[in-house]
Amino acid sequence: MIRALGWVLRRDLLLAFRRRGDVVNALVFFVIVVSLFPLGVGPEASQLRSMAPGVLWVAALLACMLSLARLFAPDHQDGTLEQMLLSGEPLVVLVLGKTIAHWLMSGLPLVLMAPLLGLQFDLPGDALAVLCISLLVGTPVLSLIGSVGAALTLGVRGSGVLVALLVLPLYVPVLIFGAGAVGATVTGTGPEAHLLLLGGFLALSLVLAPWASAAALRIAME
Amino acid sequence: MLEARQLECTRGDRRLFSDLSFTLSRGQMLRVAGANGSGKTSLLRIMCGLIAPSVGELRWQGRPIRTEREEYSRNLVYVGHLNALKDDLTALENLQVAAALGGMPADSDRILTGLDRFGIAHCAELPAKVLSQGQRRRAALARLALSPTVPLWILDEPFSALDVRAVVELEGLIASHVASGGMVVLTTHQEVQVVAHAILRIDLDLYAAALLAA
Repeated sequence: MIRALGWVLRRDLLLAFRRRGDVVNALVFFVIVVSLFPLGVGPEASQLRSMAPGVLWVAALLACMLSLARLFAPDHQDGTLEQMLLSGEPLVVLVLGKTIAHWLMSGLPLVLMAPLLGLQFDLPGDALAVLCISLLVGTPVLSLIGSVGAALTLGVRGSGVLVALLVLPLYVPVLIFGAGAVGATVTGTGPEAHLLLLGGFLALSLVLAPWASAAALRIAME
Repeated sequence: MLEARQLECTRGDRRLFSDLSFTLSRGQMLRVAGANGSGKTSLLRIMCGLIAPSVGELRWQGRPIRTEREEYSRNLVYVGHLNALKDDLTALENLQVAAALGGMPADSDRILTGLDRFGIAHCAELPAKVLSQGQRRRAALARLALSPTVPLWILDEPFSALDVRAVVELEGLIASHVASGGMVVLTTHQEVQVVAHAILRIDLDLYAAALLAA
């Protein structure tokens, strides 16, 4: 089981490496969206500081969602997904492997890039650190919830828009507490409560999302 | 032993076949024939457990395949219409992943031998996207050469896009699998020169005619 997880992870990372452009696209999208706000709103430092957590988190949400279309659809098209369903390994494990790979390719780069972008908004050092931690805990939740949406819309016409409609409302709690953690640091109330709740979301989605995705994939195959 | 009981398949509003029963034992080959759209692929996908029959059930060693899904999947290799190759991986990498997920050893020597049986060992290091249609089909079929111990092979149009040499190789592989006590289910439009003491046939056109008559 662990071996199968490792192989799926290795396969998806290798594929992402061979198609580096897709990974870079999502990252560049994130950078551009975040950079547009200071240009549009103006250079007023206190204003930028107060809106920074929300802007960074919304951009991370959108960037993560952009890459969901590549989670299952290419495998569905070339038949490798149906081979995974027939592999004799628990589908949940394989889905988890694919979701982890998705996070490593779409979530982790955002976490690493975020502090640099936070500087544009004049965020203080401790807020930058909390931003990183909140994204580190929050973006895996985005990938996990997103995998359910991607699996449910597999093979449906106009699945790109549909996945946004399905997934974005579910992202709301992550957005509120992720941005809230950074905001609370800026205002000085402390981010612990928000981060703990984010951790709770992560634990919950880690347990539930792979099962839901696996069930949705079986339905999509019928 | 694979046992089908009163299978019925409905796609959309159309009933493709109903009351289809058969028993496939070790050392037998089942050939599914029928016109285009008669439900051959659907029947094969039902046999894999990818889709559920609208009525009836399939049993593997006496147990329903829906409840023993993973156990059943370990006993079967499915080569479908799609070759299940990732364009950006090499033929070798594709087969390594397929072997590993199928619970087979994934060492490259073994896989190269499998590719060599289908005459494409020299393409092992090439990404699948530069292979021709026939070479891709061969790479997909090389999975069979890696899985002699897996009892049940389900093959959807395995001979399509193959040249004469590869057809002979595949026939040999199927024949030796059946001879060594394996089971093969396949759909094909061409006659197969497989020497099996027991070849079962299902003609889906007859089932379609029966549905029309009823």
